[in-house]
Amino acid sequence: FLINRTCVFQPPPAKYGGQHTVTLIPGDGIGPELLNHVREVFRFSCVPVDFEVVNVNSSRADEDDINNAITAIRRNGVALKGNIETNHTMPPSFKSRNNLMRTSLDLYANMMHCQSLPGVQTRHKNIDIIIIRENTEGEYSSLEHESVSGVVESLKIITRLNSLRIADYAFRLAREKGRRRVTAVHKANIMKLGDGLFLQCCREVASGYPDITFDSMIVDNTTMQLVCKPQQFDVMVMPNLYGNVVSNVCAGLVGGPGLVPGANYGRDYAMFETATRNTGKSIANKNIANPTAMLLASCLLLDHLKLHEYATTIRNAILTTMNETRLHTPDIGGQGTTSEVVQSIMNIIQKTGPRTVAYY
Amino acid sequence: MAVASLRRSVLSLNRTLRGSWCQAPDLRPVCVSACQRTPERSSVHARNTFKVTMVPGDGVGPELMRAVREVFKAADVPVEFEEIHISEVHNMASEEKLDQLFTSVRNNGVAIKGKINNPMAYKGDLASYEMKLRRKLDLFANVVHVTSLPGYSTRHNSLDLVIIREQTEGEYSSLEHESVKGVIESLKIITREKSHRIAKFAFDYATKKGRSKVTAVHKANIMKLGDGLFLQSCAEVAKLYPKIKFENIIIDNCCMQLVRNPYQFDVLVMPNLYGNIIDNLAAGLVGGAGVVPGESYSDEYAVFETGARHPFAQAVGRNIANPTAMLLSAANMLRHLNLDYHSNMVSEAVKRVIKQGKVRTKDLGGYCTTEDFVRAVVNNLGHQSVY
Repeated sequence: FLINRTCVFQPPPAKYGGQHTVTLIPGDGIGPELLNHVREVFRFSCVPVDFEVVNVNSSRADEDDINNAITAIRRNGVALKGNIETNHTMPPSFKSRNNLMRTSLDLYANMMHCQSLPGVQTRHKNIDIIIIRENTEGEYSSLEHESVSGVVESLKIITRLNSLRIADYAFRLAREKGRRRVTAVHKANIMKLGDGLFLQCCREVASGYPDITFDSMIVDNTTMQLVCKPQQFDVMVMPNLYGNVVSNVCAGLVGGPGLVPGANYGRDYAMFETATRNTGKSIANKNIANPTAMLLASCLLLDHLKLHEYATTIRNAILTTMNETRLHTPDIGGQGTTSEVVQSIMNIIQKTGPRTVAYY
Repeated sequence: MAVASLRRSVLSLNRTLRGSWCQAPDLRPVCVSACQRTPERSSVHARNTFKVTMVPGDGVGPELMRAVREVFKAADVPVEFEEIHISEVHNMASEEKLDQLFTSVRNNGVAIKGKINNPMAYKGDLASYEMKLRRKLDLFANVVHVTSLPGYSTRHNSLDLVIIREQTEGEYSSLEHESVKGVIESLKIITREKSHRIAKFAFDYATKKGRSKVTAVHKANIMKLGDGLFLQSCAEVAKLYPKIKFENIIIDNCCMQLVRNPYQFDVLVMPNLYGNIIDNLAAGLVGGAGVVPGESYSDEYAVFETGARHPFAQAVGRNIANPTAMLLSAANMLRHLNLDYHSNMVSEAVKRVIKQGKVRTKDLGGYCTTEDFVRAVVNNLGHQSVY
């Protein structure tokens, strides 16, 4: 947390000669191979993005690696990352690297857009939900202690400032995207003060957006409704843990963790990754991971950098490839390999995109 | 499928010709491998040509641009040039031409230019065309990478330093006035924002190219507020780069150290005028204005030119100018355009010609003309060495 306090000024964006610089954190498991594919697609399509690769070794106990990564993101302003594994057997002073990054850079809003993709067989159709999850406090505050032997207290923190901030983000996003309804997910009947504060802040912000309907739903009812009738939801906003649960449920509804990208936004920085943040250790280096989520996350990155034409080209190529069932990876029921999917995407970009450069 | 079998046969042929140079086939599209003898056929398919603005400028600029065009044509580079002729000294000074140039660079994003000479006499405008260009396009960073050329030995060999110069403010602010008759005041402007920007550029460049040290050059003992602000801004930015060493040196000491022991420097960052001096000094260390390429960056655009900007008017029409600097700069431009293969081809060819030492222009101690040199470069294209 030393880095957080000593940075005194906001540096200008790292864009020179039309080329942006983006920090790339490979992470563990399937992260490195998927990010290599992203780099290849970018190089092929002449996307003006240079990646600064920062490796974080998850088995080291000291915080140098992760501080380097955080400083690199402070410099460049934008990052694309794979998930860094957190070892459960380490002592409690060893904080989760991913969580450390989110709190140090104050990436308070996690946005996940769940859409039913054409060509993917699921039990539910026509799902289009945006989930906004508070990313820095709540149950993930890492404040636990054993007050009496055999008794552990875990603190869940809800603050007025952060709740107002996330509610404001949710409503602004809903307005920008032309959405009609925002639903706050909570458990205020049990945690009357904590989630009650969250709900009250959402209501206060909602009064400033009369064109958007606001309602609330308790988290248990929400998850049941999601598996019965997910089409009723539009935009959902919630604290940290419920966000984790609900976003994984929605990812499962649209076809699995390999399909949905996620974005973490703060006031000054943005970080893009897969929505469900899986390390995928069991399928690492087997060429069977689904590259869709990471590639769609890179499209969100391009949108953030205002490189919209490149984003649209790559996104369209991905969605067209989705239609080919023989190119589905095993997680969505096909037999294709990661490289085949990426190759097909590059072929489509070459046919439809503005400019490509391929070698040998 | 026929395509797959063709690909397999082509790649096996490729592998026997070149050793295990080609990578795993599953990630590469179908291609035709480059034949070793004819450099014209390239193994790259770029779907469209890249459009680049070309400004020949004054002096030997047009001859150098001709050299670049010839080499590009021989190497089959997918770049199309949009030429804009503009000059301030040859009675061609016009605002529309300048606007045309701005629009062209804005559309294309990349430009290659010679030096646009500025008249010595004060003709009513304090800012020259080059300054106007830099300010309008906000080309705030000038990068000159000074490296010793293999095969050409100078008093200092194996030199490798980068000079980054803030290009839009400082002493070149074009703000001068005669407050009292016979007394002229020239304003040097240093702003915190631009100093931060150039410092960040320098550190980002150092990070990208794996450099270990950035040295700020200043004269803050005399210009306490101006250069003091520059130095302070660099120090603030340096905090974000814990892996890169940050030092500072006063300009007079820097110049002396450069001629005695230039190896102690890695990346240098400085305001405008000091940058001009150090650029030329460092170019002199490795062989002169004819061998060092330079580039200018803004947020959006990149302009490629020679490192030491001299029109060299006395060489016009005599076919003696050294096109090395412009060719190396053109190779850098190709790398910027994502055409790495062509970039390497051009720069390797130029370096090979210099290394062989048979064809050298007058400034490197030889007797050959510009055209001879260009012909030698064209002949050396496509001879890829296998590592």
